[in-house]
Amino acid sequence: MAIQPNPVTDPGIDAVDKNVQIKGQRLWVDALTRIIKSKTSLIGLCIILLLIITAIFAPIIATHSTTDQSIVNRYQPPSSEHILGTDELGRDIFSRIVYGTRISIQIGVISVGISLVIGVLLGGLAGYFGRWVDQIIMRIIDIMMAFPSILLAIALVAVLGKSLTNAMIAVGLVGIPQFARIVRATVLSVKETEYIEAARSIGAKHRRILFQHVLPNSLAPIIVQATLGIGTAILDAAGLSFLGLGAQPPTPEWGAMLSDGRAALQTAPWVVAFPGLAIFLVVLGFNLFGDGLRDALDPRLKR
Amino acid sequence: MIKKQRLLFLFILSIALFFILAACNKDTQSESEGSGNAEGENKASEGEASGDKILVFGRGADSIQLDPSKVTDGESIYVTNQIYDTLVRYEEESTEVKPALATEWKVSEDGKVWTFQLRDDVKFHDGNDFTAEDVVFNFERWTTSAEFVYYGYMFGASEDNMKGIIEKVEATGDYEVTFTLSEPNAPFLYTLAMPPFGIASSKAVEEHGEDYFKNPVGTGPFTFEEWLPDDKITLKKNPDYFGEPANVDQVVFRVIPDNGARFMELQAGSIDLMMGLNPQDIATAEGDDNLQIIRRPSMNVSYMAMNTDKEGPLADKLVRQAVNLAIDKEQLISLYEGIGKAAKNPIPPSLWGFNDDVEDYGYDVEEAKALLAEAGYADGFEITLYTFANPRPYMPQPKVTAQAIQEMLKEVNIKVKIVENDWDSHLDATENGKHDMAFLGWTGDNGDPDNFMYVLLDKDNAKMGSAGNIAFYKSDEVHDLLKEAQVEMDQEKRTALYMKAQEIIHDDAPWFPIAHTTPPLAAKKSIVNYVPHPTGSEPFNLLDIQE
Amino acid sequence: MAKYIIRRLMMLIPVLLGVSIITFSLIHLIPGDPARSMLGEKASETQLELLREELGLNDPYMVQYGRFMGKVLTGDLGESIQSKEDISYELMQKLPATMELAVFAMTIAIVIGILAGVIAAVKQYSWFDNISMTGALFGVSMPIFWLGLMMIWIFSVTFNILPPSGRITTGVELDTITNFYLLDSILTWNWVAFKDVFLHLLMPGIALATIPMAIIARMTRSSMLEVMRQDYIRTANAKGLKRHLIIFQHALKNAFLPVLTVIGLQFGLLLGGAVLTETIFSWPGVGRYVLLAVLGRDYPIVQATILIIATLFVLINLITDILYKYFDPRIKFN
Repeated sequence: MAIQPNPVTDPGIDAVDKNVQIKGQRLWVDALTRIIKSKTSLIGLCIILLLIITAIFAPIIATHSTTDQSIVNRYQPPSSEHILGTDELGRDIFSRIVYGTRISIQIGVISVGISLVIGVLLGGLAGYFGRWVDQIIMRIIDIMMAFPSILLAIALVAVLGKSLTNAMIAVGLVGIPQFARIVRATVLSVKETEYIEAARSIGAKHRRILFQHVLPNSLAPIIVQATLGIGTAILDAAGLSFLGLGAQPPTPEWGAMLSDGRAALQTAPWVVAFPGLAIFLVVLGFNLFGDGLRDALDPRLKR
Repeated sequence: MIKKQRLLFLFILSIALFFILAACNKDTQSESEGSGNAEGENKASEGEASGDKILVFGRGADSIQLDPSKVTDGESIYVTNQIYDTLVRYEEESTEVKPALATEWKVSEDGKVWTFQLRDDVKFHDGNDFTAEDVVFNFERWTTSAEFVYYGYMFGASEDNMKGIIEKVEATGDYEVTFTLSEPNAPFLYTLAMPPFGIASSKAVEEHGEDYFKNPVGTGPFTFEEWLPDDKITLKKNPDYFGEPANVDQVVFRVIPDNGARFMELQAGSIDLMMGLNPQDIATAEGDDNLQIIRRPSMNVSYMAMNTDKEGPLADKLVRQAVNLAIDKEQLISLYEGIGKAAKNPIPPSLWGFNDDVEDYGYDVEEAKALLAEAGYADGFEITLYTFANPRPYMPQPKVTAQAIQEMLKEVNIKVKIVENDWDSHLDATENGKHDMAFLGWTGDNGDPDNFMYVLLDKDNAKMGSAGNIAFYKSDEVHDLLKEAQVEMDQEKRTALYMKAQEIIHDDAPWFPIAHTTPPLAAKKSIVNYVPHPTGSEPFNLLDIQE
Repeated sequence: MAKYIIRRLMMLIPVLLGVSIITFSLIHLIPGDPARSMLGEKASETQLELLREELGLNDPYMVQYGRFMGKVLTGDLGESIQSKEDISYELMQKLPATMELAVFAMTIAIVIGILAGVIAAVKQYSWFDNISMTGALFGVSMPIFWLGLMMIWIFSVTFNILPPSGRITTGVELDTITNFYLLDSILTWNWVAFKDVFLHLLMPGIALATIPMAIIARMTRSSMLEVMRQDYIRTANAKGLKRHLIIFQHALKNAFLPVLTVIGLQFGLLLGGAVLTETIFSWPGVGRYVLLAVLGRDYPIVQATILIIATLFVLINLITDILYKYFDPRIKFN
């Protein structure tokens, strides 16, 4: 849960700030070529694309409705009628997993969106203004990082009340420090470069410098972190739902499906097995792609 | 510099060593197992020598308190039933009563004065003698606070009248106690057999004060030994028990929250007996040569209460009837996986007074739609259904059942929002009428219809904040019938009154009655003479483990 | 060195202060009346007032916080609303179970993670490298609650070789000294108990170890590769020093430092991950304790537990930092 490499101690990301100066499009073109060449990140990309396509075309792909029940047909093993079997209410597991992709994407985007916006803002301010602004913000970040993330998320949900929305908010808040630290580090290294000095000397406003010059140059590591972060967010939110703190019925959220299927672990293990497999695959996809992106954006680490 | 390098190396080495050590330990251990593990056998033979028979009982949640007078949860009562005795106890398989702390009793003609002769040979676990004064002490204690929930429920105590119907309790001799009631009460004797009215040692209650709930002292077949919260409670055999002394030397109540995990522990043999079986696992247990399923006789009901008091569609009788018609009960019951029978009345068919002439609504979507249209809700409405997270004996799958109903009511345009809480919060919310509809159930305490009908559906118990009647159903007609039945001592007349009340309730439809269950327990085959009681708990003194 | 430790300890004060403020404020973030949501709606106005008084909710914020900290510093973490039990006492009962599980899991993670990482780096691009790094990638993507359930299904349900829940079989005797059952069984030379406890630890331990093991393996590998590219290793190679000597005495020693930091961080995160693992394996530890408290709205327990775990987390990171500085040849003190 939320246990992912600490970007600060990770050589991959440390290295990234050293090459942010490699400006402009070349970097992205290079990166793209590298991603396509790397088998693993290509697999990751495929999984993510598959996820998105499934989400968009869920009504076409799904063979049944997600809520239509047929109690007589509960706990059916996988068959031609129900590819992945049926659950405790005789609902089609395959269709529920298919629609679950929408919820997973929603979780990933919203949670990471929260971490990203707040994290980038805090990190940017801290790095750009330095001094006491930096001191205050970084101390707050330190404090946030003193909590094991899943525990902080649980505590937040406990306070906010249990629902999928609150779970997404909690997971998002917990992810802020990662972004803030990355952005701060890159901003620090970009800040002293010549063209920023130049911008400053011709009297450009802080906001303009920050948004037009500094942040675009921090884009690469942010994108890497966001990709990896989506995987983590899905994993964390599924964990919260599993504990009964996230999605509420009849939402076909994968963690909740898994949790509901526990009662039949002995008699109908597929009810638990498939939603878990779905979570695993999707998270794997984001991790593969995120890793690939990181390697691609950092030529120095190229294998 | 060199020193530092060495330290680093040592650090890594020690980590590796720790692991190797652990691995080696395991090796030596498995080797020594083959060659006659001296240490292990020592331990084992110690156990053998004392001949300890330990019963490990697996359950889903911990007790809240071990002072039975303050709790209503089965998990607490299950344990206290081993530690305490009541004046009279239930027969092994029915709710008829037999002597326990009291040997005989008589009631005055007007039904108001009860005199009990007590045993003179009973000692509490703390060594003090049991006397009539202890009985008086307990009953007086229960009138001192609203915390003593069951006293309030059963004897009609309220804030203005903390004593309820028991006017006086006097020690009319060292071993004689006399109750004077303000009005006759038909179920009185049966009520006294309920575990919440277990007699505690007055000395111990005074000595421990606030902490008494974790230092229980009674007269029962087992004495309290140790309580590790959320883990286990250990009881030891009371060799001086006045009744049949226990066959097992120790009972350990172990908490294993997940039903599935608990069943696996039973399969693996690390527990002997468990309650709260996933219905899905019954077939597995029946197919296992080492296991048996023991069914508790049915004396319960599960229902979905509809809040009649809240402004909105459910205040309308037609809507409530429509809900009854719109849910396919047969389908719903199949979620009980064979442990439940469809319910049509608030009381179970095993109880006297059950009205079999009442005809259930049946499943008829068209008629439901017609009724809704008549009530002005043809387009449907939105509504909440409060449910709880963990299974109860009368409702093995609350979450799934709620989802099933949600889907069925969609057919008649009623949009249900499920609100799931943990058990305590669920009770809080429903007692305060937060819900539109809510699941709940009831296990009979004393085998009297009054214990179902009055507690669950009388307007006296529709008080906001402590409602047993969470439909907030307030029918004066029903109230009069139930009140009359309480003071009537003739069972035939009472039966007629309850029959009539059931008819009215059926028509007013404050509930969607769901099921009566025979809650299954699973045990090792070696467990013998275990007879589960319909009231939901029983002393373990007769139970034995056959090797 | 002493100076460094002191300075580092001083830096801890504001962090811990912040942690305590956040934990303390949690109770004030509950929408509505905290006393009401703790006692439920059935509480009477007198009971509510009593609880408010007891929690000091009527005092100004800073006074409340001051009193809270005063109590915490004397080891008083308050009382559970539901069981009325002293929370410090209950935590002390449950903490050893969680720590034992965490240490066990971390040992697995460190030993296997480092070993796999080193071999993968030394034999870069070999089949071992590919397989172990794919495995590591699977590991970081694993929902551990699912892994736990699948293990139970395979090892407990299907093959019935490992116990599905708990720390020890009821009836297996063990004299507890430290409440770390594995340690206790060694101290009392009780091999029956040792085997039983070890088997109980195995599945939850592996489930909990999965993610840190994967991360440590990846970190070790990349760190080793970095070091082995450096001049002095090349020199050593050129000088013809024995290969395993180079790897273990020179390369690993330097590559270990970044790994050390990750280990510290992961150990702290394990304490959080324990919530899921303990739930699945019915492990009577802090994780389950805090989850039950969350579900039952027993906020003092939530507060106390989070405060304790966060403090532990901070201390573990401090220790790793100190070890880091101590082992790092490049850093001079003062």
